[in-house]
Amino acid sequence: MSRFDRYLWNGGAGLLALLWVLPLLFAVWTAFHPSAYEANFTLSAPITLENFVKAWNAAPFARYFLNTFLLVTGITGAQFVLCSLAAYGFARFRFPGRGILFSLVLLQLLVMPDILIVENYKIIRAFDAVDTLQGIALPYIASGFGVFLIRQTFMTVPRELDDAARIEGAGPLSILWRVYVPLAKPTYLAYGLVSVSYHWNNFLWPLIVTNSTETRPVTVGLSVFATTDSGVEWSVINAATLMTSAPLLIAFLLFQRQFVQSFMRAGIK
Amino acid sequence: MLKREWIYGWLLILPALSLIFLFTHFPAAMTLINSVFSTPRGGKDAHFVGLANYERLIHDPVFWKVLVNNLWYALGTIPVSIALALLMALLVNRPFKGRALARMAFFTPTILPLIAVANIWLFFYTPGFGLIDQILGFFGFGQTNLLGTPSSALPAIMVVAIWKEAGFFMIFYLAALQSIPLQLAEAARIEGAGRWTIFRRITFPLLMPTTLFVSINAVINAFRLVDHIFILTGGGPGNASSLLLYYIYETSFRFWDTAYGATLTVVLLSLLCLLAVGQFFLFDRKVHYK
Amino acid sequence: MFDKLFKGTAAAVTLGLLTAIPAHAVDLQFYFPVAVGGGAANTIETLTQDYMKDHPDVKIDPIYAGSYQDTITKVITASRGGNAPQIAVALSTDMFTLLDDGLILPFDNYVKTDADKAWLEGFYPAFMENSQVDGKTWGIPFQRSTPVLYWNKEAFKEAGLDPNTPPASWDEMVAMGKKLTKTDANGNVTQWGVRIPSSGFPYWLFQGLVIENGGKLANAEGTETYFDSPEVVSALQYLVDLSTKDKVMEPGILDWGTTPKDFFERRSAMVWTTTGNLTNMHDNAPFDFGVAMLPQNKQRGAPTGGGNFYLLKGSSDAQLAAAVDFIKWITAPAQSAVWTKATGYVAPRPATWETSAMQDYAKGFPQVLVARDQLQYAKAELSTHENQRVTQILNDALEAAITGQKTPQEALTQAQAKADQVLAAYR
Repeated sequence: MSRFDRYLWNGGAGLLALLWVLPLLFAVWTAFHPSAYEANFTLSAPITLENFVKAWNAAPFARYFLNTFLLVTGITGAQFVLCSLAAYGFARFRFPGRGILFSLVLLQLLVMPDILIVENYKIIRAFDAVDTLQGIALPYIASGFGVFLIRQTFMTVPRELDDAARIEGAGPLSILWRVYVPLAKPTYLAYGLVSVSYHWNNFLWPLIVTNSTETRPVTVGLSVFATTDSGVEWSVINAATLMTSAPLLIAFLLFQRQFVQSFMRAGIK
Repeated sequence: MLKREWIYGWLLILPALSLIFLFTHFPAAMTLINSVFSTPRGGKDAHFVGLANYERLIHDPVFWKVLVNNLWYALGTIPVSIALALLMALLVNRPFKGRALARMAFFTPTILPLIAVANIWLFFYTPGFGLIDQILGFFGFGQTNLLGTPSSALPAIMVVAIWKEAGFFMIFYLAALQSIPLQLAEAARIEGAGRWTIFRRITFPLLMPTTLFVSINAVINAFRLVDHIFILTGGGPGNASSLLLYYIYETSFRFWDTAYGATLTVVLLSLLCLLAVGQFFLFDRKVHYK
Repeated sequence: MFDKLFKGTAAAVTLGLLTAIPAHAVDLQFYFPVAVGGGAANTIETLTQDYMKDHPDVKIDPIYAGSYQDTITKVITASRGGNAPQIAVALSTDMFTLLDDGLILPFDNYVKTDADKAWLEGFYPAFMENSQVDGKTWGIPFQRSTPVLYWNKEAFKEAGLDPNTPPASWDEMVAMGKKLTKTDANGNVTQWGVRIPSSGFPYWLFQGLVIENGGKLANAEGTETYFDSPEVVSALQYLVDLSTKDKVMEPGILDWGTTPKDFFERRSAMVWTTTGNLTNMHDNAPFDFGVAMLPQNKQRGAPTGGGNFYLLKGSSDAQLAAAVDFIKWITAPAQSAVWTKATGYVAPRPATWETSAMQDYAKGFPQVLVARDQLQYAKAELSTHENQRVTQILNDALEAAITGQKTPQEALTQAQAKADQVLAAYR
């Protein structure tokens, strides 16, 4: 690569990165300065932590963060288990109705529970699961996307490995656990990331099914400031956003190499 | 006769399938039924109306408008965000100073919840003292009102979606790039292939599975991601930035016209199913060729 | 014989149980929205705690339910799912929607004593217009507001205007606006004369113009709209002209949420927005500002706005009685004063303004009185059957005219035809 090329590429990377990080920079700027400096980027602006105090007092963010954490790990964990079982069934077992049942699963690939909120609320209510973390999670834990994705990976596993384990006397579940799951690690990682990002951002459904502090995720907490009847208070919204996102941002900055490599190690497909 | 394999198969798929039935097929079927009934109002129960709701749909100019908007939205956001994601991954796959920071920059959209980020974008777009106008003003250009003008509202919404998606998809491309053996490109270079040829003939084909994975997600999001519209434009001006799911939300939860909302949902569902099946065949074929 | 004995025993047991567990005999759920920033939710919770301290037998669970829109969505979804709360604060304009769905109860059944009646009659009539229909009371005013005009006194002084005289009429607003509109060397406007935000719910501020113009948008029964009447059309023409002909207002749709900031940044010298912004303006405006009633054309006028208490169906009589008692308590002068001071909403009862707490507050911050004084000219906010759909029809028409896609006459004639179609079923 010529020197000119390198400059060009580095310049491009820098510019694009700057564009992408602008919202975060703006969030940091407003969160640490009085609201009078929200649109006024002078270097002499005084620094303050008052916005964080205001945000902290407005909603129990520590609890919301814990709820989101439990919710996201719970959903992703349950999805892994249920989808792996079904994917294994569809990939390696022949049984009557397989084709039609699989196409029914595929229909759910793009049909998100978000658009079936009223009907789903009735079902959750019938299970008496309104205002519980399970209630938020239930419609999502069996995911057509997950089944489809994991099945694709399982189908690439050589039959011989399967047969060898069976000759050793392993049952289906043990074969799934010992042969298939380890080989599908990168798929789990990729799918896990999609799922985590989805539920970290989800707002409307949790708002509808939750009633109490003990169950609400961060997004619902953030919406206290997002209502615009009396104008947007960027300084406080952004302080709250940073408070809830900082742990993840810092973690990514510290571990990004390992993070990317763990995808790489087995080669994401 | 029941074979053991059958029973295993059924048992394995039972938990996932029953939940999918309960939370997708059953409510979807209810929606389909609701779409041929009237909306129950003021003590009047729903009654069968046949295809009347669908007839109304055909004559509803707002429906056609949001459908066309949504197609533009999909056409605009899907290819651009995938191309940008790939470009970003290529850029930060090479070692250079500040690479970790650049990667983190691209990762921010994944972490900042859309409901909070929409407010930040609102500031960027604000006429006069907003960031875009401050920068334009610095160079002596005039002022904009991007969200308040019908022709620019939808593109402004699309930019936010692209920002959100490209950074997210970059991660998958980056991981895939790192798993491509360096020797492949090295061998090609020795044979005199240029960088562009290497990318076109080696890198890009090897990234195909990732591209397909990412494109499924992009299609889903093109019809699902509407949170930012609530804060940025509310679908305005005059439905210029409204999308199908947003219109469904308005009809069902603001106008409480549940029957018509169900009818719109059926249209969205059929559209999505069509896309899902289409993509499945594409994906299935490509992966098996490998 | 057995029967009697059984009944007697059952009654005794019930009585015993009731007296044995005095605490939390009644559980109430109370959904409320927050539309004015984070502090309001805490005030509601504190007030609820205070009530429970005095009434140990009642347990109230105040549930923050998002924005107004989120709250009504949650209320109706929960009610349809058979899980209705007992109390909800929702927009006063949602009355017909809740009525048509058969989800709410009138308060009249619980207003029995003379003291109760006096309480019900103690609200400003302008606020009760949106709360009563067919001789029954379906909503109790709580977090109510009305739009006012805020003006930047410094900008007035710089433009050679008297900083203490806001525009009193439409013509004055245009004339002052022209003096206040400043352009830089490149021809870009750096300060606009006036800003009437038009995003999301443009009908609200527009309704102020309509009332001032001597017109009205709908009848009290919520079955007829008058979108294409001459008063409404010329009001819209005035609004459109502010940007296109007089050039005193920024063209295009102007965002509601960024309006206070726009005022603080001196981008607009006069802004129309809700009284709910008073506290925000008071705390954050970097210059001296004034608050005025909206300017008049044929007459003074403004719509009311904001939220009412509703009583939802589907609960026991004991719960509903307790719910009404709580609503009476929280709208009483002492509590109402706390709420008004914390949020900037207009206290909905004259009695609240007479408390010493409010009088001290008004002495230090006299601008709060403007909204109260404007109430005598205020009319009910636009509210009809299928309210959100009808207002959306009007909003679309207003946006089309403001962005120049249709003329005011065209847009409003079409809107009227659409509204007629929707409302035909209710006539």
